[in-house]
Amino acid sequence: MIVRGVLIEDTFAEAFTMRVARLIITGRTPRWAREAALKLTGFATSVIGCKCEAGIERELAERDTPDGRPGVSVLLLTMDKESLPQRLIERVGQTVLTCPTTACFDGLPQAPDRLPVGKALRAFGDGFQASKVVGERRYWRLPVMEGEFLVEETFGMQKGVGGGNFLILAEDADAALEAAEAAVATIADQPGVILPFPGGVVRSGSKVGSKRYKRMIATTNDAYSPTLRAVTESQLPDGVNSVLEIVLDGVDGPAIESAMRVGIDAACRPGVKAITAGNYGGKLGPHHFHLRRIMNGGPATA
Amino acid sequence: MSLALTLHTVPTVPLEAEVLSPARLAGLSAPEAAKLTVVYGNQRADLGDFFKVGKGADGELHLTGDLARVKRVGMGMAEGRIVVHGSAGMHLGTGMTGGEIVVEGDAGDWVGSEMTGGRITVKGNAGHMVGSATRGSAVGVRGGEILIFGNVGNEAGSGMRRGLIAIGGDSGDFAGVNMLAGTIVVLGRLGWRTGAGMARGSIISMHPAELLPTFAYACTYSPLFLRLCLLHLGRLGLPVARSQVEGRYQRWCGDAVELNRGEVLLLDSAPGA
Repeated sequence: MIVRGVLIEDTFAEAFTMRVARLIITGRTPRWAREAALKLTGFATSVIGCKCEAGIERELAERDTPDGRPGVSVLLLTMDKESLPQRLIERVGQTVLTCPTTACFDGLPQAPDRLPVGKALRAFGDGFQASKVVGERRYWRLPVMEGEFLVEETFGMQKGVGGGNFLILAEDADAALEAAEAAVATIADQPGVILPFPGGVVRSGSKVGSKRYKRMIATTNDAYSPTLRAVTESQLPDGVNSVLEIVLDGVDGPAIESAMRVGIDAACRPGVKAITAGNYGGKLGPHHFHLRRIMNGGPATA
Repeated sequence: MSLALTLHTVPTVPLEAEVLSPARLAGLSAPEAAKLTVVYGNQRADLGDFFKVGKGADGELHLTGDLARVKRVGMGMAEGRIVVHGSAGMHLGTGMTGGEIVVEGDAGDWVGSEMTGGRITVKGNAGHMVGSATRGSAVGVRGGEILIFGNVGNEAGSGMRRGLIAIGGDSGDFAGVNMLAGTIVVLGRLGWRTGAGMARGSIISMHPAELLPTFAYACTYSPLFLRLCLLHLGRLGLPVARSQVEGRYQRWCGDAVELNRGEVLLLDSAPGA
């Protein structure tokens, strides 16, 4: 399959079931909502080293937030449901609670699994906290030096998908970066998806385990590292000198699929030789996103 | 359950009609409903002695007429919807746990006393003791929402523990007396001795008020929870102004004769004012 001269390889991205929460952070201005969201989603690229993956889903207008102020929607994912509440408590407590003017609301109010985030953070109020119920939802008011921090008592948790991906194989580093930037810009408009890596792009795709160090759970993806073409079993076609990866996490498979479709399409531009995807032979992750099915508009998962 | 009852004989003394509730009328035909027992003064009577019972169409209970002397409508109801096309008498929705009551006119005393859930909306005025504890009881409303578009009498929210009472007009004296928690929003003016004996909870007004000396001024700020609350009330039809949503409020803490964890929030100024 060729899209504007770019080969779409006949392969699939292999992704995992994760647990996801959506947070709505609001602030007096878009700037302060974004400041809190950036801190909250910082150092959350991969569960391998960060214990969670997080990113900004989209910016919200005043009409789309519970308190009628500008906001940001954030997705935060963990591999298991036990660790998600702790990650939320840590990050909301250290990054949103501390940020001027902000408040934090649940973005999955219909999810039956509830995580006691505000309920745990209320103890910061040292007994001066107060709860309020507005329209069936309970909030905690924590007195702080600025005034008050408002946080929802519980946050919804649902199954999500982590590790959707595609690789951009390009003639040179500039072409790879331009294609990756184009893909990220297009995916930014897609609901239900985040790109947890810096700027949405990964330069250091990994393989499971190590060929040399037993303690390493992930090491460099030597098969797609151009500098190792001559010394390893390279998967790179001729003429490829740089590879960048787009990793996608989302609330469900269709959200990932839709984002991959527009992202791959945007990445098919001059200087790009091929688009492929990372998988583990289909043995580890239950979600398989077949690139050619996605680009043909059919159901991608198998 | 879908019935429409029209008052054909206005009672001259109170008519106790707790049968006017979705659960009590569920599955009954119009003739069966007309045979239900009500208490008229100190006499037993049939519902049909006062109401013409007909079929409804929308799964709701519609009551039409001047029901100002018809007491206990929707008492203890747990689900369903009652619409009163007229006024309602005392004890409307007392002890209700769910569902919704809408009164197009006025309501008497004790609206929603000791309710734990659901919503009561009165488009006109209501009497004393809205959402309060009954005499001899320490705890009033434990949940749910009461919206009065007009004015209310004294002791609204007496002993309230949880829930929301919103008053579009003025409140009488002793709003939130002995309040334990919960929220009372008065878009109009407060009466005397607001929050007397309150332990926790919030009483909000959009006008200056003279508070008891056992309330102390804390600061002037914009409480975020109040934005949520006022936006919610605006969606329910109360005339909430943008300046009230965006405004700054004086926070008064009290009552010092009690736990002193309650608050009265008084609109101080709108942004830029």
